[in-house]
Amino acid sequence: MISPFTNAALYDANMNRHVKIGSARTLAQSHFRTLRLGTPFQPRIDALALTNDWYNWAGYRAPHSLWDEELEYFAIRSQAALFDISPMSKYRIEGPDAEAYLDRVTLRDVTRLKPGRVHYTAWCDDEGFVLDDGTLFRLSPTRFRLCSQERHLPWLLDSAIGYEVSVEEETEAIAGLALQGPTSFAILRDAGFAGIERLRVFDLADFAHDGAAVTISRTGFTGDLGYELFVPADKALSLWDRLMAAGGLRGIRAIGYTALNRARLEAGLIVANADFTTAGHAIRADRLRMPDEIGVGFMVDPNKGHFNGRRPIFEARAKKQLRHVLVGLEIEGNIPAEHATVYCKKSQEVGLVSAAMWSPMAKRNIAIASLQRPYGDRVVDDLWVEIYALRELRYQKLMKRAKVVPRPFIKLDRRTANPPADF
Amino acid sequence: MTSSEANWDAIVIGGGHNGLVAAATLAKSGRKVLLLEAGKEVGGAARTEEFAPGFRVSSVAHLLNRLHPDVVKTLVLERHGLKIERGDFVPSVALSKDGPLVLHGAYGEALTGASPSEQSAWRDLRAQLLRYAGVLKPFLSRRPPDLAGMSLAEMTGLGQTALALKKLGKEDMRDFLRVLLMNVYDLLDEQLSDDRLKGLLAFDATLGSHLGPRSPTSLLGLYYRLAGEIGGLAGAQIQPKGGMGAVVAAIRSAAEQAGVSIRLASPVAKVVVEKGRAVGVVTQGGEALRAKAVVSAINPATTILDLAGPREVDTGFVRKVKNIRMKGDAAKLHLALDRPPQFAGVDAAGHKGRLVIAPSPDHVEGAFNPSKYGEFSPEPVMEITLPSLVDPSLAPSGACVLSAVVQYAPYALKQGWTAGKPQFLKAIMAQLEAYAPGIGATMRHAELLTPADIEGRYRMPGGHWHHGELQADQMLMSRPVSGWSGYDTPLEGLFLAGAGSHPGGGISGAPGLNAARRIIAIRE
Repeated sequence: MISPFTNAALYDANMNRHVKIGSARTLAQSHFRTLRLGTPFQPRIDALALTNDWYNWAGYRAPHSLWDEELEYFAIRSQAALFDISPMSKYRIEGPDAEAYLDRVTLRDVTRLKPGRVHYTAWCDDEGFVLDDGTLFRLSPTRFRLCSQERHLPWLLDSAIGYEVSVEEETEAIAGLALQGPTSFAILRDAGFAGIERLRVFDLADFAHDGAAVTISRTGFTGDLGYELFVPADKALSLWDRLMAAGGLRGIRAIGYTALNRARLEAGLIVANADFTTAGHAIRADRLRMPDEIGVGFMVDPNKGHFNGRRPIFEARAKKQLRHVLVGLEIEGNIPAEHATVYCKKSQEVGLVSAAMWSPMAKRNIAIASLQRPYGDRVVDDLWVEIYALRELRYQKLMKRAKVVPRPFIKLDRRTANPPADF
Repeated sequence: MTSSEANWDAIVIGGGHNGLVAAATLAKSGRKVLLLEAGKEVGGAARTEEFAPGFRVSSVAHLLNRLHPDVVKTLVLERHGLKIERGDFVPSVALSKDGPLVLHGAYGEALTGASPSEQSAWRDLRAQLLRYAGVLKPFLSRRPPDLAGMSLAEMTGLGQTALALKKLGKEDMRDFLRVLLMNVYDLLDEQLSDDRLKGLLAFDATLGSHLGPRSPTSLLGLYYRLAGEIGGLAGAQIQPKGGMGAVVAAIRSAAEQAGVSIRLASPVAKVVVEKGRAVGVVTQGGEALRAKAVVSAINPATTILDLAGPREVDTGFVRKVKNIRMKGDAAKLHLALDRPPQFAGVDAAGHKGRLVIAPSPDHVEGAFNPSKYGEFSPEPVMEITLPSLVDPSLAPSGACVLSAVVQYAPYALKQGWTAGKPQFLKAIMAQLEAYAPGIGATMRHAELLTPADIEGRYRMPGGHWHHGELQADQMLMSRPVSGWSGYDTPLEGLFLAGAGSHPGGGISGAPGLNAARRIIAIRE
């Protein structure tokens, strides 16, 4: 098959006679010829992609799995898993007012985030609805990196009015890797990142790599011992190779998103536009969520200065107008309740499961669900989920008892152990 | 310090006419009010100022045609020296090489200089315009409808509008809705044939906005004008004796009698915000003053971005405030003349009126075109008054003051106003000379205020007398920004009371009055 885009002249002649595209313009607009971008690690990932199971992550070609979902998951839990996080939106925020600026944009108190530390945060629009969640890296007193699921440059730039701060998109310029799992520390040590043992959870530091610097933080999305590494895009492949070489005997494996998604669910972590709809995406008014409605109300700090959404968030709290709550569920049986409807007393619809799995680590059938208050909040008894299990072209409807349980579903001592254990 | 310990019930920032109206209204409700004015005198763009030895003129606004009756009534302005009598109404004269055409009384109750058929067409159109403007009129004196949380009173008000619409009758209601967002040019073409009359109306519809007669929605400007009234008559206009400063003096007197403390030469540096609440101001002199309410009757963008600061409000709100369009497109000309000019074919009564150079709608459109690209009109359109003919004290004996609002003069002139101003003055004088031959030779002094000058002198960003373009997207519930049109701001205790708020500019006092009423309603 010939793509209509492969030959501009053919395209012009046959499909649209009204559009004459000059060659310089064609070149400048060549982005449409690559509908899914590759990340700086793509050559390595492509070579390992036996399943060719791709999905679209923010415009990038990212693997669902590379060779086997199950084994990739177990690489996270019993070896070390390498996951490409380059498609994440990344912003470099720098200037004398960077701290004050981020304190106004995001929910948590940035004045309490010390240089060399990372925290998980979220940010809201004027109405107090969550635009996204993400991680904020304080690289120096005046320099930060904000990572998130969605793109936010216009919002971040408009937020900078009145602050001495520069905001730059660095999604393409910076490549990112997550190295997660019990042997991740040993691999980094063996790879020669001297001093890596000093990193406590949510610490970050710069390490020399290939004539440049790699920023390594003890963070991750798995609830396991793990690290995230950020490096200039042109040093991406050498970093990959360095880790792979050091990790060969420690079971390092490249993984896709399906495995990671399981690990994050066990860790009780939420994903924007999977477990809640971000304010920038929501079309229906009742899909917007305040921090308290997606389980990140703890980030809201009443003692700090003004921040976006402050007034409506506290107003909703005071007037008890919060309509939803995000909860962890433990469901009887072992059938994952993916996207199951949640009922009270088996009859009244009270919410929806957004992520579910049988957890091999917790040995429990777990889920994250959004419920309409007071269900899941004050009323937690007699909750049920209706699972549609497709059995050879027929749904078997299972009504299973669900119990609200705290997140995370698993807690691994090795995640926080200092120094990290040498597996 | 908590708000209960505040020294003032309200601090009003800005002593323009809206600030004075707001302050006076609040003081009359028993509140202790302090008004801070940056300049050496109150009045803002509604002062009477000397621009040449012995020559005084209304600084920006020179005709009174929309001082809101509720303002006159609430502040009992007659008792403070404001006199409006039917005999004060002045005509509008459409100047033309073919001889002038005159709208007498309240916006052309009688029309002279036109053919009988045109007079009849005008009677119909005028009645229709006033009928339609009448539907919108009640909106002037209330908060714009807040679609999210409307009070019973607001709901009733909106219901009345629906009723007024219904009372128009089926055909008229349909036509009202049909023409509401039309451009004035096409509507005039439907009903009139005299270019002079059409030129005048096209000018009036676009006066003070960055629109040409053919721009969509330009008809709204005419409705805004005709929704105003003076002396109980919609569309009427007077040249106040003593200039616009005299009107402001009456409002000031009412404010002072109500107990407002007025401090001149006290520019505010900052609105003090504590925990999301405006609790007072700091003057540029460094004095901190606290109040239960801070009422800003200056520009909304200046208030939010410069005084309160973007850090104290949300990003989305800052974004909206930054996006308020407010680049002025009108200049003000003041001439000191040795003797009164003679506009060809215009009688004595006409010279005391409003003389408009806008010979045809095409001419107005042609004048507008260059302004879109940052150039002034080579053949500008303008409205001229000769205030010293109405009040001889404004000029030395035998001499004359000419005051004119001239369009189009884009705020961001491509070549810059330093170089552009003398050229623009020359273009204006050429127009004046064409209609009043010999006027140039009698000129003793000329003062041309470009939007850049107006911005600097009267603290009006963009030199825009509405403090924000008065167009469909910046009216009613979108004025000054959507979601915050009811004089409140996201900062509790901070209110907006200037022309940048609903309903808009012109010497009406309506924003100031509505804001004060809002504050009173909240606290009661």
